[in-house]
Amino acid sequence: MAQGSLIGQSLPRVEDDRLLDGAGCYIDDVALPGMMHMAILRSSDAHGRITALDCSAARLVPGVIDVFTAEDWPQDMPVIPMRLIPLESSVPFLQRPLAQGKVRYVGEPVAVVVARDRRTAEDALEFLELEIEALPPVVTRDQALAATGDALMVPEVGTNISAQYQIGRGDIEDAFARADVTLKKTFQSHRHTAVPLETRGTIAVFDIAAGKLTIHGASKVTFFNRAELAKAFNLRNDQVDLITSDIGGGFGVRGELYPEYYLAAEASRRTGRPVKWIEDRREHFAATNHSRDVDCELEIAALKDGTILGMRGQVRADMGAYIRTNGNVVPAKAGQFLPGPYRVPAFACEVLALVTNKTPVGTYRGPGRIEANFFRERMLDCLADELGMDPAALRMKNLLGAAEMPFDTGDLLPNAQKVVFDSGDYPATFRKLLDECDWDAPAQVHSDGRLHAMGLACFNESSGGGLYENARISVAASGQITVSTGSSSMGQGVETAIRQICADALSMAPERITVALSSTTLLSDGVGSFHSRSTVMAGSAVGQAAAELLDQARGEAGRRLNAAPAELDYSDGVFRVMGQSDRSIRLSDLSAMLSDQGGLDVESRYEQAPLGFSFGAHAAHVAIDPGTGDIEVLDYWVVEDVGRVLNPALVEGQTIGGVVQGLGDALYGELVYDDMGQLLTASFADYLLPTSTEVPDIRAVATGDYPSPHNPYGFKGAGEGGIVAVAAAVGNAIARAIGPAGDAICQTPFHPEKILTLLHAAKKGKQ
Amino acid sequence: MSDLQAIRLNVNGVTRAVSVEPSASLADVLRQELRLTALHLGCEHGVCGACNVLLNGRAVRACLTLAVQAEEAEVKTLEGLSAEQIAVTLKECFRKFRALQCGFCTPGILVLAVDLIAANPDPSEEEVRDWLSGNLCRCTGYQPIVGAIIEAAKRLRGAV
Amino acid sequence: MILQNAQGDARIIAGGQSLMPMLNFRLATPTLLVDLNRIAALSGIGMTDEGLRIGAMTRTRDIETSALIAQHQPLIAHAVPHIAHLPIRSRGTIGGSLSHADPAAEFPALMLAVDAQMVLHGPQGARVVPAGEYFQGLFETATKSAEILTHIDLPHWPEARRFGFQEYSRRRGDFALAGIAFWADMDGDICGECRVVAFGVSDRPVRLHGVEQILQSHPLNDADAMLQARDAVDDLLEPDSDLQASAEYRRMLAAELLQRAVHAAGGMA
Repeated sequence: MAQGSLIGQSLPRVEDDRLLDGAGCYIDDVALPGMMHMAILRSSDAHGRITALDCSAARLVPGVIDVFTAEDWPQDMPVIPMRLIPLESSVPFLQRPLAQGKVRYVGEPVAVVVARDRRTAEDALEFLELEIEALPPVVTRDQALAATGDALMVPEVGTNISAQYQIGRGDIEDAFARADVTLKKTFQSHRHTAVPLETRGTIAVFDIAAGKLTIHGASKVTFFNRAELAKAFNLRNDQVDLITSDIGGGFGVRGELYPEYYLAAEASRRTGRPVKWIEDRREHFAATNHSRDVDCELEIAALKDGTILGMRGQVRADMGAYIRTNGNVVPAKAGQFLPGPYRVPAFACEVLALVTNKTPVGTYRGPGRIEANFFRERMLDCLADELGMDPAALRMKNLLGAAEMPFDTGDLLPNAQKVVFDSGDYPATFRKLLDECDWDAPAQVHSDGRLHAMGLACFNESSGGGLYENARISVAASGQITVSTGSSSMGQGVETAIRQICADALSMAPERITVALSSTTLLSDGVGSFHSRSTVMAGSAVGQAAAELLDQARGEAGRRLNAAPAELDYSDGVFRVMGQSDRSIRLSDLSAMLSDQGGLDVESRYEQAPLGFSFGAHAAHVAIDPGTGDIEVLDYWVVEDVGRVLNPALVEGQTIGGVVQGLGDALYGELVYDDMGQLLTASFADYLLPTSTEVPDIRAVATGDYPSPHNPYGFKGAGEGGIVAVAAAVGNAIARAIGPAGDAICQTPFHPEKILTLLHAAKKGKQ
Repeated sequence: MSDLQAIRLNVNGVTRAVSVEPSASLADVLRQELRLTALHLGCEHGVCGACNVLLNGRAVRACLTLAVQAEEAEVKTLEGLSAEQIAVTLKECFRKFRALQCGFCTPGILVLAVDLIAANPDPSEEEVRDWLSGNLCRCTGYQPIVGAIIEAAKRLRGAV
Repeated sequence: MILQNAQGDARIIAGGQSLMPMLNFRLATPTLLVDLNRIAALSGIGMTDEGLRIGAMTRTRDIETSALIAQHQPLIAHAVPHIAHLPIRSRGTIGGSLSHADPAAEFPALMLAVDAQMVLHGPQGARVVPAGEYFQGLFETATKSAEILTHIDLPHWPEARRFGFQEYSRRRGDFALAGIAFWADMDGDICGECRVVAFGVSDRPVRLHGVEQILQSHPLNDADAMLQARDAVDDLLEPDSDLQASAEYRRMLAAELLQRAVHAAGGMA
């Protein structure tokens, strides 16, 4: 088997056997001897001062073994840090594991009960007596900007603006001065969240005698979380281990360093028992990161022929009550991606992050991109209408071509990190989408009494990053190969991808390779799984580790076979002296011979600074029922160039799944707060997810035409392209379907009531 | 309501004696007392379907059934179905169609599909989507699951 | 007797599809649960001299697949697949749904539409309450404490009766934002006696007498009558606004669904 022969094959998923037998091991399936259960008292007020918190009655409940609050924390409570896009101005708004003095959102942890079983712990919460003196709740961006006095989240800071900066390129004043047409509109991307089907959970085991803290149920960024937990509990990194198990979906929200990891660890430290915490679904909606919730005032300047001269605007993100580990990713990416895959020679944007009395915001699949793509792509359709142009022609005219690559985007990030689009021919890929969906065919006449239209959206998408990733490959004497990376799998099939790359790099059958991901016990360091980086970064690290391992093995094999390393052929786990097939040695034998040095066992760090950018486009065909406003998505197409394709079936699965998640977000799921900061949508009865009857068959095409020059395999990430332009394409389709009334389609989600109201108003206007 | 009640549950063909709280759900008892962890709890209010089990051959929510109510019924979980032909065929097709990613919803969907194919050996795509609409999946977009169930039904009819 | 003697909060549990979520989230903490699932006599569908009798503990899925219902109660047969999802229908019961009395649920509206009689048993024996008097408000019925709903009697359905059933929900299986159950006894092409029942638009299912009067003595495809009927729906209904839909939207939907239900009955859909 030659190296490279497995890249591009739809190998079956290694995860499937155990999961199909129901033998997966998710965190709630883990039971440790002597394990206690933790429940968390959470604030039911959005904003207020804690005036009293009496735990005495709860302590007396049979089965309760411990109760603690912020006041019981042994030293200063740790501050949960920013992992990504940290800005100095955000620091005062960081969260601590338990509320101290004040509560700032419904769902904020206030006290912890530990009991012999979950039911007892949850029932005992009723006996905690918490008194809160209400402060004015801040629930909108405008309220946040206007806040003074008691409405300030942290009065000493004097403002609820947690970040504010300007980005741009080119001469924006000149662009608008030269324009034939300018348009200005305000858009909004609503607050929603990922909703993995498995809620969060963890088991903490603090063995004080051994000086060891073990956290089960970790994922995503285990090594960062380990370092921070070690600091918080005065331990060295090697005294803390984070262990991953099967994960029921991540999508960006799971595995960040949440308050509950600290609380479970502290509960275990105090009680000397393993402590389990499993989030229930209502808790999940208030406690797990929300996302999006960004608005944008946007202005575009263009020539009559559709040439875009410039864009300017302001992006305002409602961050919720605290800045969590994802720092300023949401507002920063919403600003950075506003010009998108187009030329846009002049661009100016102010980015604002605002704190409010709502659940904190973090990353959810396509953070900032969903928002930016929706704002920009809706604006482009409005511009096309204004100019009387075909929306496809307008896009084609402005997309960046192959001759313009690499394309320097200018200073679009607050930390002055340079971003360059690496490769691609955006018009050529867009053309493939137009052909797939038959855009240029004459409009079909539909006789079902509904209003039909198609909508388009383009995007490009960064992937990789996070500076480095580690991979470790070891060879057992039995011949079994074990590969580990710092990246984890949260359901995407990362195990399969890693095994495939490892098998390819070692040119051996995938069945001989075992994959174990991201637990801190497996390798010395790592980064994690986010930003569609696992295949790009961990995959490249595995390739590099395999090359180093083979290099070391080749030298060793040469010594054992009395041949120069260059005289050796390698394939299928065996070195052979060229032309002498009887002089050979297997990797497993070499590893056994080296057992006193730990066998063949290589850990390698792959470093990559520049990001790869995929490009793609979506098309949606919708039908609107003019009697009810009902929106049906009848057909959906995605074409994305993801660089070199590792496993086409995995990529297709990611894309289709992403589209459906995006359809749900665009049409159904919304986190609604009332004026008092109460969350009104904390169950599946109120927060609607798409089901099998709401979504069409999706046609997803992944092309591998433009490999990234920035990693050895040429991969670009494929985890987010399915979701990032759904709101944009569906919004454009709806707007086109309902005619002039569609101009008002500037906010997600698209609710049938809104559509029917627009249609009625348009009818009345005509009469 | 905290007095334990001794009941006998017929689960996967074996009768087991357990002591349960009268308000305990069948899901909690199967997972915690009997350690049958294939079924998962995704919502505990009957919407997600991850806890589906067969009760007298019909898919129901284990989170919306009291354990004491299951006493005279025949309960089957995915563990108990694993060797049966419908489940074996379904699993082959799920693998082929990539009908799972994180796998958390999968046991509940397999249990539903066993009921579906037993009740309707030749389901249309619309019928499969209708049955499946009571199960949430956040990863796959449903499309491969629908394809896998239709293919499994076809194979079981001998139509392939 | 158990219900009569119970101390504190006693709740009857039928299929449990509405009660269990409340128990799981501690929104209800009854001190006593009375389980009806083992009383075989409460389950089943049979013919009577007057029509059909359905036991309160009959599972929704058994009603869905019943040949008797399909033959003798086509409106119910048509509407039942709209109720929630299959695993919920496999466990949920008609009596549980009627006792829960969710104003957006299908069974209460259907019972009102077909003039069902609710048979209640209590310490004083049995009594019969017509559907029109049974639903008394949001999650409220005429059932007295210590009484239980045991059977539902459905009167004979004439062969010439035409019907339409329309509901609009955000997703398949969700509670309706608005719905209409309609039937008409035809005199040739002319609508004779008819029923218009709206659900999801008030604290209980409501019969719209005013709309029935407008439709009567016109063909089902009479455009003028339909315009008037739509306006009457708008006038008669005073729904509440909630997270899923405003009052205004619910009214617009009800008027549109009325038209679709009537047209479906007239074979015009």
